[in-house]
Amino acid sequence: MAGGMLCRPYNRPVKGEMYAMNCAPILSVNNLKTYFFTDEGAVRAVDGASFAVHPGKTLGIVGESGCGKSVTALSILRIVDDPGRIVEGEIMFRRADGGEPVDLAKLDAKGGEIRAIRGGEIALVFQEPMTSFSPHYTIGNQIVETIQLHQDVGKAEARTRTIELLRMVGIPRPERRIDEYPFELSGGLRQRVMIAMALSCNPRILIADEPTTALDVTTQAQILDLLREIQERTQMSVIIITHDMGVIAEMADDVIVMYLGRVVESGPVDEIFHRPQHPYTQALLRSIPSIFAEPRTKLPTIAGSIPHPHNRPAGCPFHPRCADFMPGKCDRHEPQLRPVSASQMASCFLYHEPAEAPQQS
Amino acid sequence: MLTYTIRRFLLALLTIWAISVLAFAIIQLPPGDYVTAYIAQLASSGVDVTPEFAENLRQQYGLDSPIWVQYLKWMEQISRGNFGRSLEWRAPVLDMIGDRLWLTMAVSVSAVLFTWGLALPIGIYSAVRQYSIADYIFTFIGFIGLAVPSFLLALILLYLGFRYFDANIGGLFSPEYQLADWSLGKVWDLIKHLPLPAIILGMAGTAQLIRIMRANLLDELRKPYVITARAKGMSEFRLILKYPVRAALNPFVSTLGYLFPFIISGSIIVALVLSLPTIGPLLLRSLVAQDIFLAGTIVLFLGIMTVFGTFISDILLMWVDPRIRFERRE
Ligand SMILES: Nc1ncnc2c1ncn2[C@@H]1O[C@H](COP(=O)(O)OP(=O)(O)OP(=O)(O)O)[C@@H](O)[C@H]1O
Ligand code: SF4
Ligand SMILES: [Mg+2]
Repeated sequence: MAGGMLCRPYNRPVKGEMYAMNCAPILSVNNLKTYFFTDEGAVRAVDGASFAVHPGKTLGIVGESGCGKSVTALSILRIVDDPGRIVEGEIMFRRADGGEPVDLAKLDAKGGEIRAIRGGEIALVFQEPMTSFSPHYTIGNQIVETIQLHQDVGKAEARTRTIELLRMVGIPRPERRIDEYPFELSGGLRQRVMIAMALSCNPRILIADEPTTALDVTTQAQILDLLREIQERTQMSVIIITHDMGVIAEMADDVIVMYLGRVVESGPVDEIFHRPQHPYTQALLRSIPSIFAEPRTKLPTIAGSIPHPHNRPAGCPFHPRCADFMPGKCDRHEPQLRPVSASQMASCFLYHEPAEAPQQS
Repeated sequence: MLTYTIRRFLLALLTIWAISVLAFAIIQLPPGDYVTAYIAQLASSGVDVTPEFAENLRQQYGLDSPIWVQYLKWMEQISRGNFGRSLEWRAPVLDMIGDRLWLTMAVSVSAVLFTWGLALPIGIYSAVRQYSIADYIFTFIGFIGLAVPSFLLALILLYLGFRYFDANIGGLFSPEYQLADWSLGKVWDLIKHLPLPAIILGMAGTAQLIRIMRANLLDELRKPYVITARAKGMSEFRLILKYPVRAALNPFVSTLGYLFPFIISGSIIVALVLSLPTIGPLLLRSLVAQDIFLAGTIVLFLGIMTVFGTFISDILLMWVDPRIRFERRE
């Protein structure tokens, strides 16, 4: 399975010996399908995604807008909005108590267990720090509330901790800032506060959904540095969602590339960058502006546009835009995510032959 | 914030002055004056009136001096706490208004309480369970509530009460308390009589507020901060009350100001049907009779209530929405 593949030690030294010991993934998503049942029909936002998150590692999820990255994150926390529903697959999560992994996909979305995990063991940082806070309460109020939801501490104690957290994420004069409202802070500071709130209950996985998209370049770099530094200190796992290959290069240990709700390629970050296997990954990498590029050369973009989610192409979903398209094969059969090297997997007929019968899509 | 409040308060006073001018002007608008109306009334009941008699009356009431002099006289008297005498009833205006003003407030406040008490929970429920059967039912009932004129509702309820309970459910007091002095028993009697007018007067407003609350909350429920709160692991119930509902309350608070005058002016017909001893019917009567001091005082009071209602709702709004407090901090 996906987890097993990624778990194999790579040919490069990994941060510390921790890795070998905690090889079992902390989170492993298998064949996850989350559909939105709209009036116009089912939108297959996530359509059979599989990946694994390892202790103390950062998984990068990359893909164009609308490929299901956010819905994947929301599915893990079970906060997908109506009319969305997980229709298939499992989300195995090893809880802090060290017991058997629980399947988050099977839990009652409103129940106590998943609510203890949300914010407590798996925390989320959003793209838009402005609208992700309520303007009606101080940031202190909103963080203290999170702490008290998951830990049995009094108001005063929670407040002291909040000030500590704010200091840790680099908010100047935290004992004053704690009583300010979100709109009194700059975008960068707000994102730091958001991170402080996510960290408030010492989560074991931090999911950051495009945490820097709304920020200017300098602030982006600072926030990414902060995330990395915190991760090194706390040894938590991070899932970073982005459509920016630069962010992936800087942050991720492992990468999954998503296209139309599926994982089309996965592997260690070095392999993905140096030996991309899937034509879509190759195209994505070509689209990054390089500092070595000739000035004023046209930025290559991926040909064609993302298909509307209601009429997903038959066969390989990428075939209308693929440079290696093989007629009769790619438009008739659906490729599967298969190993293409010791550590890498890809879903493409360049690397395996289609099953006998054409699959229904 | 304090400077803002003070500035706002001074502005309120200025507005009240403007209202007093306007109130006076409006009363003077119809052709003729009280005497014309009075004489017409006398003539229609067969009494002969000489022009000298009319002139005398005019002088007696100061109706012969220019309008602005009349206004200044009026204001001067008011500043001394003398609101003048009702020309028609030949009694001090304050005595005429007295109890009626308080009873009107009691009816209005209970109508508002009824409206909010019903509209907020139903609106919240309808938004959270959008397109559920209950949502459709509330929507349906809401449209009926909007479509049926409240005086008709009053008539129907009066009829039903008369027919099936053999009781006159109009008025605000039982007969034995009608003329009695204020006592605990009378207050209790009043409280027992309040719900019916409150429901009738609040019905249309309730239906409207349910729609507003539902729409506001549906907007708020889609905001990212709701997802943030959910991702923290909050229970749905706590989360909705703490975050989106609070945001959706803003428009309610900001309309608080004109709610009272709206209910009073909208309640005249219902008050007549239910024979409520409130201020609406008195205002109507005084306007018809061109009873200037009585009508002027009532219009002035309504104006003051509106201005203060708006003032209070502004202050409340700052309390509910920190962004407004922040903007007005200087
Ligand atoms: N509430 C919803 N109702 C219907 N479809 C939805 C809903 N939410 C998401 N989708 C669909 O699910 C698909 C995946 O959305 P998602 O937000 O996960 O994309 P994304 O990869 O995060 O993109 P972006 O980079 O723009 O954030 C989209 O095609 C979108 O149309
Ligand atoms: S399966 Fe065919 S169309 Fe799809 S990516 Fe591979 S080569 Fe391209
Ligand atoms: Mg997204």
